[in-house]
Order: sequence, then C-alpha cells, then structure tokens
Amino acid sequence: MAEKNYAGKTVEVSDEGYFVNPADWNEEIAKEMAAEVGIELTDKHLEVLKYLREQFETGEALTIRKVGKSGIVDIKGLYQLFPGGPLKISSKLAGIPKPTSCV
Amino acid sequence: MRRVGIFASEIFNDVLNPVTMKRILILGAGTAGTMMANKLRKVLDRDEWEITIVDKHRTHYYQPGFLFIPFGIYNKQDVVKPKADFIPPGVKMVFSEVDKVEAEESKVRLADGSVLLYDYLIIATGTETRPDQTPGLVDKLWRKEIFDFYTVDGAVELQKFFKQWEGGKLVLAITELPYKCPVAPIEFVCLADAYFTEKGIRDKVDITFVTPLAGAFTKPIATKMLSELLAEKNIKVVPDFYLEKVDNEKKAIVSYDEQEIPFDVLTIVPMNMGNSVIERSGLGDDMNYVPTDKHTLRSEKYENIFVLGDAANLPTSKAGSVAHFAAEILFENLMSAIEGRPLMAKFDGHANCYIETGFGKGALIDFNYDTEPLPGTFPLPGIGPFGLLKNTKINHYGKVMFRWMYWHILLRGKELPIDPLMTMAGKKMIK
Repeated sequence: MAEKNYAGKTVEVSDEGYFVNPADWNEEIAKEMAAEVGIELTDKHLEVLKYLREQFETGEALTIRKVGKSGIVDIKGLYQLFPGGPLKISSKLAGIPKPTSCV
Repeated sequence: MRRVGIFASEIFNDVLNPVTMKRILILGAGTAGTMMANKLRKVLDRDEWEITIVDKHRTHYYQPGFLFIPFGIYNKQDVVKPKADFIPPGVKMVFSEVDKVEAEESKVRLADGSVLLYDYLIIATGTETRPDQTPGLVDKLWRKEIFDFYTVDGAVELQKFFKQWEGGKLVLAITELPYKCPVAPIEFVCLADAYFTEKGIRDKVDITFVTPLAGAFTKPIATKMLSELLAEKNIKVVPDFYLEKVDNEKKAIVSYDEQEIPFDVLTIVPMNMGNSVIERSGLGDDMNYVPTDKHTLRSEKYENIFVLGDAANLPTSKAGSVAHFAAEILFENLMSAIEGRPLMAKFDGHANCYIETGFGKGALIDFNYDTEPLPGTFPLPGIGPFGLLKNTKINHYGKVMFRWMYWHILLRGKELPIDPLMTMAGKKMIK
C-alpha cells in the first residue's frame, strides 16, 4: 500500500497504483492521474470512467468487450482513448480496483 | 383414457392432482448433464420423479483428449463414445434441438414444436467456440493454415497438417476470455515443443503464445511458474494482445491497437459463448451465459432453475473439474429445494487442472474463487502423490489415468476421493 497526492487530496493506492477506496475519486483527481500517463482527459474519457465506476458499483466483472458494447465507445475507440492496456489504465483512472480475470 | 379396474382413490387423486409424477428436466448431456442425470436417478424415487435429459448430439466427446490429437498421441476414436451409453436406465434421453426455454411457464419447447414440462430445470448446455465472431478467421486459410483444437474436426485436421509441416512460425492465439479449459493453450505449446523436438525440427519451428492476459496465466504465482516453464522451452509469450481480426493476405493476426503478428500456421482459441438456446430464451448475459448464484448454483432469476458447468456465468474456470465439484453442491441444493429447505450448500469455485508440459511430465493446479493456485501436494497434504505447481512425471500419469476415470467414474456420478470444496491443507502460502 502507498499514499499519493492528487488535486490536494491524499489517497491510498495499491502497490500498482489502483485506488483502495473508490470513494476517494473525483474528476479533478482523474485529470491529474491522466496527465501523469500522458493522457489529456476529454469528456469521452470521463464518460468511460463514469461507466466503469457504475459497473463496478453493481459488482459486474468488467471486460473490454463489455465496455465496447456500452454504447459509449467501441473497442477500437477504447484503445485510442487509453493506449496500451485500455481496461487497466481506464480502471486506474476511474479509481476502481485492478480488473481481475476470474479463471 | 383410464385403465379398467383401478381404485376409486386413485381416480380421485388424479382429479385433484392431474400430474402425479414430478419432473426434472436436464438440458445438455455433456459432462455436467450426464453426471447430474446419474446422481439424481440413484436417489430420486422412480415412482415419484421422472428425469428427462435432452441433447441434439448423439456423441459424447472426451474433450480433454482433443489436445492430444494434433500431436498424434490420441486419435478420434480415443475420444468418442455414444452419449446414450452413459445415461442410466430410468432416465429418458431425448435427442433433439431445443427451441427455447419458457421459464415463466416452466416448460421447454423442442425444435419439432413438442413441449416438455418441468418442476425443476437443470441447464447444462455448456459453452461453444464461435470462430464466426472474429473477422477473417473462417476464411480462405481456415483449416488449411488456421486450426482450432477445441473441436474434434479441427484437432484431426491439425494432426494432418503437422505431419507434413517442415517448420516455420507457429502462433497460438487466445481470442477472448473466458474460454474453456484455461490451461489447454499452455499445454498445447508445450506439447508442440516436445513434438517438434522429437521430430528433429524444433530449431526450424518458432513458437509464440499470444494472449489478451497480462501474462501466461491469470493469477500471479501460477503465471510466474508457467512463464518460467515457457521461457525454458524457448516459447515466446506476447501478452496484452486483444485480437481484432485475421489478415488472410498478410497471414497475420491483428490487434485492436494495430499490432500485427505474422504466422505460417495459426492455432486459435476462438471466442467462447454459451449455447444460442440461452439467447433465444432470454436467459443469458451478453455472452449467453446464465446469471447464476455463484454459491447456490441456482438461477438468479428463477427458483426452479439450476445451472451446472460451463453454461453458468460463474467467476471460475470453464472446465470439467469445476462441473464435477459443482455437481455435488447442486445436487445437495436441489434436494433441499425439493424438500422445501433453504439452500445450504455453498460452491467455492473449486477447479483442479492437470497441465501437460511435454516429455512425459505434467503440472497440477488447484484453486477456487478466493485462493489462487499455490504450490504444495495433492490430494494428500505432505504426501501427494501429485505436486501442485511442480513439473513432474507423476502429474503426467495423473492426466493419463484421468481418461479412464472420466468414462468409468466421473460421468457415472460415482464418488472420487476428492472433496468438492477446495482445501488449504497441503498448500504452501507464499507472499
């Protein structure tokens, strides 16, 4: 566990940088975190992050496919928004735990 | 029509309760459905309970054996038997396509329009590979230079191809999660390494393992062990590759972020989805898996529907071992439901997988919803004989013997000396 400072707030994060308490999150924090990884957060990005947070609240397991079917962005678009590992990066920026695979 | 000479009380009873026999209907006579039919018929009174099982196919495949076919270790005849041989007397077997489940009315409509009523329904329709879901997969290279080994036909065609292949770039790619038997692709590349070594052309074969996961496997400790194993065997791992399409002209797989990996022969783990009857019946999620309580194994929506095996959306492996362990829990809970008691048995997601690693060795993993695969001994703590997360000869024999156990013990619903719930005894905690 570690602590990080974003937008004037101290938040607890895992060793890999994922939020321990999703409630600590706000849009300002997301913007600062995004800047750290070279992403300028647009409304589209935020829409994805909010969708992820809603899905996380319902306890649903998140997959790239599910986001691709959300109507917000398709899979290709998701890769363009969060290049590299779209689900991992977007989950981190959404302040939710690292997506896990269940198998 | 009534028989002549029956007792008045029987007529009276029949008028009050026109359906005297209660009905259990099982959809799917694969590993899960067949086990359940056997377990239930042993216990439920034949004068009281009618058990019917429906499947469109007449052949039962020993699916763990498909993996061995491309390398000529097994042939088709080693993995097939008639389904009917495993359905016990007193269970009605119906060979038919199912049109749909009408869950609100507790009935199932078959393809020919006939209707089966049920008091309890067990959905065991499994998961199937859907190569049609990936653009360019089922195209001009399909079954010529692109093969799957999750169907007996694909595995047989790949055996023919490998026999005459002189080497080049062999790529194994996993399309999407979840897929059936999560360790099979790792076993495939290990067996390919052994096969081409024995053929004397390993130096001409470049083997690459491509996965949408962040590493060779899902959970950290097993991933570390398996990554080291693959590195030892000079098998390259390409992680985080989310396959969009196959380019038949370039002979390459292409990811959503436009990485390309060229191949001479591609072995694909196609996208998996639940049976289309689940979709037609409005019972599934976006992958056609049935939302199921992960502990009780009852449908989240209908109290008289239970789900067993790959058809359920459980957050654990889609594998025969899971269906086997879950069957014992489902059986207990179904008995409770029938007798009007609360469902007390809780499934833990227990999975147990042998991993063939080639050259007569194997590894073994044992895990559940909460505990990742750990090193240790199995099934007897400290004794084994099997080693967890260890590459040993005895583990390989475990896998070899398993085919006999599958046909003779497991499918017939007999007990194995392994607890359905995972135990920590014999496992080593590592941080």
